[in-house]
Amino acid sequence: MGKREVDDRFKKFGTVSFTSITKTNDFVSQLEQGRIMGTKCTKCGLQFFPPRADCYQCLSSDMEWFEVSGTGKLMAFSKLKYGPVGFEEDLPYCIAVVDYDGFKVFGRIDKEIEDHEIKIGMKMKTVANTLPNDQLNYVFQKA
Amino acid sequence: MGKVAIIGVGQTAFVRGYPGSIRELAFDGFKDCMNDAQITAKDIDASIVCSAPEYDKQRSPSGVFAEYLGLNPQPTFYVESLCSSSTTGLKLAYSLIKSGLHDVIAVIGFQKMSEISSAESQERMGRGTDVQWESPFGTMMPAYYAMFAGAYMEKYGATLEDLALVRVKASTYGQINEKAVYRKAVTLEMFSDTENPMSGPVSSPLRVGDCCANADGCSCVILASEEKAKELSAKPVWILGLGSASNPVNMAARNVFTALDAAEIAANQAYKMAGIAPKNVDVAEVHDCFTIAEMLAYEALGFAKPGEARDLVRGKETYKEGSIPVNVDGGLLSKGHPIGATGGSQVRTIVQQLRGEAGDIQVKDPEIGLVHNIGGVGLYANVTILGR
Repeated sequence: MGKREVDDRFKKFGTVSFTSITKTNDFVSQLEQGRIMGTKCTKCGLQFFPPRADCYQCLSSDMEWFEVSGTGKLMAFSKLKYGPVGFEEDLPYCIAVVDYDGFKVFGRIDKEIEDHEIKIGMKMKTVANTLPNDQLNYVFQKA
Repeated sequence: MGKVAIIGVGQTAFVRGYPGSIRELAFDGFKDCMNDAQITAKDIDASIVCSAPEYDKQRSPSGVFAEYLGLNPQPTFYVESLCSSSTTGLKLAYSLIKSGLHDVIAVIGFQKMSEISSAESQERMGRGTDVQWESPFGTMMPAYYAMFAGAYMEKYGATLEDLALVRVKASTYGQINEKAVYRKAVTLEMFSDTENPMSGPVSSPLRVGDCCANADGCSCVILASEEKAKELSAKPVWILGLGSASNPVNMAARNVFTALDAAEIAANQAYKMAGIAPKNVDVAEVHDCFTIAEMLAYEALGFAKPGEARDLVRGKETYKEGSIPVNVDGGLLSKGHPIGATGGSQVRTIVQQLRGEAGDIQVKDPEIGLVHNIGGVGLYANVTILGR
């Protein structure tokens, strides 16, 4: 018997990933292609971001992918002066939540945006990003 | 079915670097409580140990504590809900007594956070949020609460000074609390002095002075059935109301960043069970892990309308002499926050207040007290109402 192949693509997600195996591993492959994807329940139509393999509303596990496209509104943000172990090289960085009306996205604001330009309510888009350590995440940019 | 009472409260001082192991820490908190309750380990027929497990080398500390405290062969249970672990333990103890399965239960909350660095500790706390989808972005507790602070200030016009005033109040009482880890005065001037450590940025808009400190500590609360309470205690304090609720862990599933809505749900349950309204509360302990958290608590508990918490702060209404005294023991901001011990310490303060034994921080003749204890970023909320 050959060695069992482990699909651990998720370990590429974020500066430090704490998860390697998930049924939503395709998210990372899509991210590599520059697409940020959520899931939608094919049975009841509920949209999820972050993507889920399972729908709590109808208990179906039959999901399809949809692309997070267009713009959302910045709901909340904070710029970190200190980070946890493993994130020192990224500092300072800004975490945020963007509301796409139907789902929300938690992530980081692009470092290119100056502090004084960041305002709650501003329109933002979500863009795939490669980190200095070659890991992948996504960032919010001005839309 | 009869009522359930608290017949004993105790805690260690909350300190940086407790000079002993976790079982010894538990002993100190337990002993303080037993001295208060004037009972023996034989009177206790079950124990519940509460903490956030990721700080310990020890798996399943309840077994170790039961042995060390002389609580074998009685059953012992372990429970966690992050920073609200010990009020979750209190609720379970209430249920076990109310069901008739047990009569007297010790709820022991503890945390020894000093064995790991502050950054490691922050990372572990950050892992109390969504490790799959949020932690990879480098999240920490102050940053989450800072998002709420920023959104709240933007919506309601609250200022950095309003937040700082919460810390100034905390330090007023922290200075006279011998159990507190931070006992120095904090002034508004310290926040406006860029050279002062209190004004240093942590995660915008929160500054060092807006954040509570890690600490080591243990709290202990003993609950008893009405019959046992009358037999064992001359000064029982009764549990009148209990409420608990949860919020989605992932920020992307939250509806608002200007309130912690699980706390409001928990509060309404507790008020309903106790048959009281917010205005009937004479003294309260709220979960001020950050200054903004205390302001959000005022609103969740109905002490202030949405956006009006700052009026209470500016009017000094939550000082000892105010209309609704809150955290007159210095709160988490002064006492420090040994995760699993915090809720029990809050309960201890309210029980002492209701007994009239709170000394320098005694509020005038309180009849009803409230404890608001939150786990994670408003993830878990427990509200407990106590009465004489």
